[in-house]
Amino acid sequence: MKQKTQSVPWSHGKAFRDGVKDGIPIGLGYFAVAFALGVAAKDAGLSPVQGFFASILCLASAGEYAGFTVIAATAPLYEMALITLIINARYLLMSTAISQKLATDISPLHRLGVAYFITDEIFAIETKQPGELDPWYTYGAGVVAAPLWALGTALGILVGNLMPLRLVSALSVALFGMFLAVIIPPARKERVVLGLVIVSFAASYACSRLPYLKELSSGNRIIILTVLLSSVAAILFPRKKEEEST
Amino acid sequence: MNHPINLYILVMFAVTYLIRALPITLIRRRIKSPFLQSFLYYVPYVTLAVMTFPAIIESTQTPVSGLLALAAGISAAWFGASLFQVASLCCGVVLIAEFFLV
Repeated sequence: MKQKTQSVPWSHGKAFRDGVKDGIPIGLGYFAVAFALGVAAKDAGLSPVQGFFASILCLASAGEYAGFTVIAATAPLYEMALITLIINARYLLMSTAISQKLATDISPLHRLGVAYFITDEIFAIETKQPGELDPWYTYGAGVVAAPLWALGTALGILVGNLMPLRLVSALSVALFGMFLAVIIPPARKERVVLGLVIVSFAASYACSRLPYLKELSSGNRIIILTVLLSSVAAILFPRKKEEEST
Repeated sequence: MNHPINLYILVMFAVTYLIRALPITLIRRRIKSPFLQSFLYYVPYVTLAVMTFPAIIESTQTPVSGLLALAAGISAAWFGASLFQVASLCCGVVLIAEFFLV
């Protein structure tokens, strides 16, 4: 970022600006993916305004997509609750992980605020932050990414079919690129993480191809593999206390 | 069962937010157990890796362009490229690859 430091009245300004900076690629990726989501929302009968609010409130791609299919099927409300719970259950793990990254004496309001922005991508960049997480970093990323997500959904409902496939295809890998930027540098430094990443790739691929296992929804696959592989790694390669604070 | 759409959206929001808010507000102390500490340290890497592959080769128009993006992204991140650089590189690789492949 260029010299714009004079406009920082509070001490968390740098964290906020860092968040905004990292939130931009997330927002651009979101915008593209949300377009596709908008098409599903339109099929379910949502207006652009409803799509905007569904997205700004839920910030969940797979979760919302499933939700829209529930709406399209005019299924009972408990089904909406159940499906949302199952598909988004991985956020329970992420929320637990972030709880350990916040200062222990941070106010409950900040906890509720940070919780709002727990998405796959924002969780990824939070993980990348050294040491304790400044909630303002999360807010910086969130105020850029969340509106783009919601706008993308609304626009997808309006004109979803007009975006060239080529562009959607290219933009859709932006989010995966960000995941790689988070997991690869530590994998280079720590052999255990490198092994874990390779095993995770292989296991995920196997689960998506093998009979029976491939019936798992991607949400369930993520949860099961995360719990299983992280547990095995924690048993085989327990971390020493000192490493934790870095 | 003809509920207004807004009611569905409200239920979806309530459940999604509760899932996110409960652990982070209820677990206020540092977890002491070495197993859980290690477990939580490894969680993001497994989660993000599982979400990336094979999804990256399924999201593009042809699996080959996704695979190329994966290889480019891993190499760039390995040699220290930033979040934004890796993300843009992956997009660029797919755009160029699909120009020839599709």
